[in-house]
Amino acid sequence: MGTTASQLGKDLLSEYQELTFLTKQEILLAHKRFTELLTKDERDGANSRLPMDRILTLPELKSNPFRERICHVFSTSPQKDGSLTFEDFLDLLSAFSDSATLEIKSHYAFRIFDFDDDGTLDGSDLEKLVNCLTGETDETRLSPEEMRQLISNILEESDIDKDGTVNLSEFQHVISRSPDFVSSFKIVL
Amino acid sequence: MEAGLESPVDEEGVHDSFNQLIAEQSQNGGLDALELQELQRELDEEGRDNVAYLSSPGHDYGRRQERWEAEREDDGRQTDSLAGERWSSATLKILSSMPSRTIGRSRGAIISQYYNRTMQLRRRRQSRPSIRDFSRSARPSIRGYGMEGDTTDSEGAEKREHLVNNLQNLSVSDRVRMLRGMPLSVAEKSELRYMQSWYSWLSFIHSLQLWQVALKRVSGRFGTGVLSYFLFLKTLLFFNLFLFLVTGAFLVLPQAVHPPLFSQGRPSFSGLELLTGAGYFSDSVMYYGYYSNYTLRKSCRVDTGGQNMSISNGTGMDCPSKRHSYNMPMAYFFTIGVSFFITGIILVYSMSKSFGQSFRIDKSHSILAMKVFCSWDFKVLKKSSVKLMSENICTQLKELLAEVNHKHVKNTVCQKLWRLTVHGIAWTICIASTTGCVIGIYYFSEHMHQVRQDEEASMLALPVVVSVINLLLPGLFNAAAWMEDYDSPSVRTYVAIGRNLMLKVSVLGVLCYHWLGRVAADPCWEDFVGQELYRFLIMDFIFTLLDTLFGEFLWRLFSEKGLKRRRRPVFDIARNVLDLIYGQTLAWLGVLFTPLLPAVQILKLLLLFYIKKGSVMMNCQAPRKPYRVSQMTTIFITLLCIPSFIGASVCVTYTMWSITPSSSCGPFRQLKTMFQAGKRWVEELEKDNPSLSMLARAHAYLVENPFFLFVGAGIFLIVIYFHSQVVDGQRKIISLLQEQIENEGEDKKFLITRLQSIHEQKRTPTRRLTKESVKP
Repeated sequence: MGTTASQLGKDLLSEYQELTFLTKQEILLAHKRFTELLTKDERDGANSRLPMDRILTLPELKSNPFRERICHVFSTSPQKDGSLTFEDFLDLLSAFSDSATLEIKSHYAFRIFDFDDDGTLDGSDLEKLVNCLTGETDETRLSPEEMRQLISNILEESDIDKDGTVNLSEFQHVISRSPDFVSSFKIVL
Repeated sequence: MEAGLESPVDEEGVHDSFNQLIAEQSQNGGLDALELQELQRELDEEGRDNVAYLSSPGHDYGRRQERWEAEREDDGRQTDSLAGERWSSATLKILSSMPSRTIGRSRGAIISQYYNRTMQLRRRRQSRPSIRDFSRSARPSIRGYGMEGDTTDSEGAEKREHLVNNLQNLSVSDRVRMLRGMPLSVAEKSELRYMQSWYSWLSFIHSLQLWQVALKRVSGRFGTGVLSYFLFLKTLLFFNLFLFLVTGAFLVLPQAVHPPLFSQGRPSFSGLELLTGAGYFSDSVMYYGYYSNYTLRKSCRVDTGGQNMSISNGTGMDCPSKRHSYNMPMAYFFTIGVSFFITGIILVYSMSKSFGQSFRIDKSHSILAMKVFCSWDFKVLKKSSVKLMSENICTQLKELLAEVNHKHVKNTVCQKLWRLTVHGIAWTICIASTTGCVIGIYYFSEHMHQVRQDEEASMLALPVVVSVINLLLPGLFNAAAWMEDYDSPSVRTYVAIGRNLMLKVSVLGVLCYHWLGRVAADPCWEDFVGQELYRFLIMDFIFTLLDTLFGEFLWRLFSEKGLKRRRRPVFDIARNVLDLIYGQTLAWLGVLFTPLLPAVQILKLLLLFYIKKGSVMMNCQAPRKPYRVSQMTTIFITLLCIPSFIGASVCVTYTMWSITPSSSCGPFRQLKTMFQAGKRWVEELEKDNPSLSMLARAHAYLVENPFFLFVGAGIFLIVIYFHSQVVDGQRKIISLLQEQIENEGEDKKFLITRLQSIHEQKRTPTRRLTKESVKP
């Protein structure tokens, strides 16, 4: 399913409205922005995939340190190259939309932060996460000593079953305690 | 989360399910045997490995854990966790396919989880509890145990069919909610979907999106904190729009269509009216005094020719053919009352919703984890802002780390005393300055009242003085706070809000006393009070503009050109929001006297939005301190509801209840109180329909008898106490459940180590055997 014709069909539109958290206007805007990124030939073909480098030119994702992880998480491409179809793009916007539930957002946040895709956040995932948060320049990075301390503190606080990693339920437990997560985990076109 | 919290009382259920599961597994011999065979094969293969393989397992997972663990061992702290051991690759494979680690990703597990949820939802909707099913559905991770990963297609398809079946049996709204909430991709969900939905009309409400692009630009550069100010402005705009529509439709329009007789000539329009509200505006639909105190009736075509109105005092001549009458005093009373009532309900509802979102049962245990997981603001788009945010997060993480890991240096007694003295001095300064200003306003207003104005411009003196006080005194409070040097930024914000609030409440209090106490003795005082409020609103707006100009624009120029610093002024969210609340309080106070005041407030808010947005984009930088958006928004909505709205409605109620309306103008002349208009209407109704007398008597008994108020308040308090006990109970349950999970973790570790040791035991004899067989 899926189309990249210049107009979205009415029944497709209502189907997307039912399956995602997006409103009609948001879906139409997403369609417009998606087709703008396609080349002429790709626009005529059905179900085209946008390669990751073109998606990352979107201003909403360009400066985000998690942009590659976001593309990988929402991509359904068999080659695991982070390319998105229009429906993947809608999934992305739906998870980041205003009306998405806390559970959806925390689920996808977990997958985005799971850099090695092994289903839990272990020490190396947390280290990469903190490095993404604090930026790439040297003066904003934490020293190795501080990093170690930070990660052991995080594990101490959030690893309830003491297996050395933070699994999805433990992550959701931490997230549910922060009321600001829902409002900051948002991307709007 | 929706997955229901079991209470420890349900332990039996949990164990039963585990027993059932084991029984099920032993019955399900085929699958089991296959898995065991595979495992056995792997173990045999491993037996032929050389030792080197074991000491550095080829599996990536293990290697990373190795390195990580090696680093931690240097610390000297040997944490007893699953990650610390060296596992064989088979064990690692089992570990990595554990349900707790795959529940987020495997489609089979998600489908099975949602199958259980739809079952629960169906059962709840049909209210047919089925205990046998309940224990199995309670632990979705165990349910998924038999089917990790993408299991055999037949089983997966069967589960999906059941899910589809369940979805079909739910109501449409439940189905849509379930479908949306599933973390599967659209392609997969559309296979589960069924009927067409007709909910597209709801999206019309979302299409009324005001200022969408502008808000996105602001949030893209400054983040969610500054955005919350503009969203608050938008909320206030909608409140005023509602008020304007109600008063416009029910008060202004009828009165404008039927202008009163005997209106004296108006002075011509000069520009000063826009500021003072007097002059050309004074005898117009804008103020209370213009409104008629009789029932407006449409023209009856009597032979008086040009006369378009028939005056009647509620009774008297009516044209039997046309009965379009409009009782103005009644309309005035009920419009104001009902609009305040509805605004109050909307405010209380949004306050409770906001409070519910931001209240958390147990907090402050996982500050660092929360900071790391939740602090990235995905709305920020601009590269420089992203860089700034990264710097801020880095600083905050370092500060939090220092706070958590090193104990605070205890202050000596001397230092504590010194800090107390400093706090005392700061508070004394603030309170003294506030009191001084309030007394000044008191005497100045009295003076202005006695020296009755001849020229219009002198009426602006009091508003200007009050606005200057509102502008300068918060600066003084900021200076005092800088002297005090608080440790925690949130305490500092709360103290600043508290002092500001104290100032504004006292200023408004003394002004209300002045208007309702002194001015209320004058003839046609409501007009005058209405004009005063109009002047205050306009002056507040002008001074906000001046403050934006001087505080932000000129300060930026000065600091860039003069002091040659790159730091721009920070947008003070709390102070700006308090200014908005102050303006809204004035608008609410003035609706009774100036039905068109909401329109003025709407215009003011519209202009303010664009000016503030321009100023913020040009002159300001994002705040450096962490800003807790949810909590602050809740506080602001609460401040809007409790001191602001409740204060305004108390004033309005007091005016309606106790103060004598002026006898020469307005819809309530010749009445003792405004409230009498309502009473009179009820009496008339009673006269016409004797059956309503019961209702009237009941109303009189309930509303005017204070006993029922006490009983109502008592019941309310009991309900609140009950809920707080429930919250306490839930806290206890949370800690019990955490203990339970820890114990389960211990079990898991124990089982894995046993599995590993048994595996090693099995392998060592075979190795010895092979070694022996190799020996010649």
